[in-house]
Amino acid sequence: MSNIDSNGNGIQKTLLWIIVAAIGAVAFGAMALHRGETVSAAWLVIASLCTYMIAYRFYALFVANKVLGIDASRQTPAWRHNDGLDYVPTNKYVLFGHHFAAIAGAGPLVGPVLAAQMGYLPGTLWILVGVVLAGGIQDMTVLFMSTRRDGRSLGDMVRAEMGPTAGGIALIGVLLIMFILLAVLAMVVVQALAQSPWGTFAVFATIPIALLMGIYARFIRVGRIAEMSVIGIALLLMALIYGRTVADSPVLAPYFTLSAETLALTIIGYGFVASVLPVWLLLAPRDYLSTFLKVGTMALLAVGILIVQPELKMPALTKFVDGTGPVWAGSLFPFLFITIACGAVSGFHALISSGTTPKMLENEGQIPMIGYGAMLTESFVAIMAMIGASVLDPGTYFAMNSPAAVIGADAVAAAAKISSWGFAITPEAITQLASDVGEKSLLSRVGGAPTLAVGMAYILSGLSGVFGSKMMGVWYHFAILFEALFILTTVDAGTRVARFMIQDTIGSVVPAFRNTESWFNNVVGSALAVAAWGYFLYQGVIDPLGGIRTLWPLFGISNQMLAGIALIACTVILFKMKRERYAWVTLIPTTWLLICTLTAGLQKVFDPAPSIGFLAQAHKFEEALAAGKVLAPAKSMGEMSRIVFNNYLNAALAAAFVIVVVTIAFYGLICIRRALSNPGVTTAEVGGMAAAE
Amino acid sequence: MAEKLKLFELIKQTARLMVGVPDYETYVRHRQTCHPGEPVMTYEEFYRNRVQARYAVGRGKIQRCC
Repeated sequence: MSNIDSNGNGIQKTLLWIIVAAIGAVAFGAMALHRGETVSAAWLVIASLCTYMIAYRFYALFVANKVLGIDASRQTPAWRHNDGLDYVPTNKYVLFGHHFAAIAGAGPLVGPVLAAQMGYLPGTLWILVGVVLAGGIQDMTVLFMSTRRDGRSLGDMVRAEMGPTAGGIALIGVLLIMFILLAVLAMVVVQALAQSPWGTFAVFATIPIALLMGIYARFIRVGRIAEMSVIGIALLLMALIYGRTVADSPVLAPYFTLSAETLALTIIGYGFVASVLPVWLLLAPRDYLSTFLKVGTMALLAVGILIVQPELKMPALTKFVDGTGPVWAGSLFPFLFITIACGAVSGFHALISSGTTPKMLENEGQIPMIGYGAMLTESFVAIMAMIGASVLDPGTYFAMNSPAAVIGADAVAAAAKISSWGFAITPEAITQLASDVGEKSLLSRVGGAPTLAVGMAYILSGLSGVFGSKMMGVWYHFAILFEALFILTTVDAGTRVARFMIQDTIGSVVPAFRNTESWFNNVVGSALAVAAWGYFLYQGVIDPLGGIRTLWPLFGISNQMLAGIALIACTVILFKMKRERYAWVTLIPTTWLLICTLTAGLQKVFDPAPSIGFLAQAHKFEEALAAGKVLAPAKSMGEMSRIVFNNYLNAALAAAFVIVVVTIAFYGLICIRRALSNPGVTTAEVGGMAAAE
Repeated sequence: MAEKLKLFELIKQTARLMVGVPDYETYVRHRQTCHPGEPVMTYEEFYRNRVQARYAVGRGKIQRCC
């Protein structure tokens, strides 16, 4: 299947592809030029699928065969080191599932929802262009490079190909990114669960359920994954349904009606406990629940969209393309690209593609299907999230996603404010929707998850027919549960990874700290890891100017920068392989990502507008502080100085990202020059004709 | 029928590998062909080994994404 003959078998195939292209073009036209009230989501789906098919057939296979030179007859690490455990030649469909489950997360769901403030079109276009030229190429190339190097990690490859300094800097970059990632994901959960007893009960219930499953699979029926998962999911659905009873009960509801501050502290404490406890007890069973629920729900949503074919009420473009939108600050370039993040290109995938997947690859010929194909699927998840956000009335969308500082805290004021932007909505509509989904209020439920949950509830209750409207509340909280569950699993697992990275870094000074078996190191390392992301989470919750508006752009910048680092490494290796003729394949996305992230990073630090530049914001509050004034939204001098400090901290972080990426780019250029001056191939691959071992 | 069985087997393997547990039969076959006479983990041992390995902290161990 690997080297598909590019001549095809004649005229029939050519015709087929012309038809696919024509259908895609019609769908794009319908989507972009439609000038009615609404446009069907079906056009978006068709346009995306046609794009994916053409991109895969004509670009991914070209890159795989001509640029990378995949060789279906070459032994892969899975065969060379076959041990039946880590290195196992695996069926390509099974491995595709594994790889997709590892790369799919909350990023592609949240980013597009936030991007919808500019209308569905700009975000959709970047999701499609980005995945074709950047995301898919990055995932596939890293998978290829790692497969040729015995499944080594990205960090190891950067160190080996670009030197220890570049490797060390990249590692520090990854550590910083981990902290921001964990903080921003935890923030999404906090915003989704604050003041929502139903959702909080259901999500909290996952902890005893996971403990039960963990004990079951450890002692009662060892390793019966299907049994434990069925039991777990059944209990989970019960918790979901009885969540309404809890929320309606005057006795129980107060215990689960938590403020954002309390929730943030609870999640921080939970992350610490989960990092210290044995993995089989809490982390593994949660992982099973969230993985199956995640993949199952994404599939269900795809079916829902295909059958219901909802109408998109969001305009193709809103007036907020000028950068004045309430959801996040900044103009279309560069901030739309930063906001979409994972659905178009995600640096984190480079870590996955150089992780377990290359160790299980049966044949190099499967690299395009697994690397590029899984990324296309992830991109489709992002398209579904965009649809989910766009099926809401724009008025509802802005009521849910604008901070209280902008629209006020009651439905009447919010409706008036949003209507004044040209998105007509009545206060009754806002309160009616909240009561439909079983919440007290949906105002300023920022963070993307609640918006997507309303969109999903709308689509999925359409799927369940006449009983649909009664099911809205259950579907809404199901969607919240689905997102919160796998985000919290990422928080658990990420804290452990961050803990290891901290131990490794400190261990280079104090060697005893490296020992991961030590209980003391374990506790101290976990505490440091939790404190690092917990600080950003908590400051985001209590700082009136913090939260998603501040953290998401930082996360987006860091994630895109990691992608930039991975693509620089890929480019360097292409030059070292003497394939510079084709280096444009990775150079184009690298250049674009560097332009976007450096512009965004520098704007976040230095922009004179306080809503964008951290330093400008800090100075503004500093001056007021010096004059003894309290500026809204701060309420006290204490809050004022906190805002000043946090803005300096965020500016330092954004500057650190910029420095990391500039340094890596500089090392990349040096390596490329050296590779060009050498007439031979200067990178070492494992295997091939002179098979090692 | 055989086709259906194979499909079920593939789905089962996919679901299990999604949570980091590779196919036990394959492991046993590998031990028997490549390391005859050497000990083979029971399914219970194999399962525990894989759970530990999936979440073990170590370099290049990031298995989940944002």
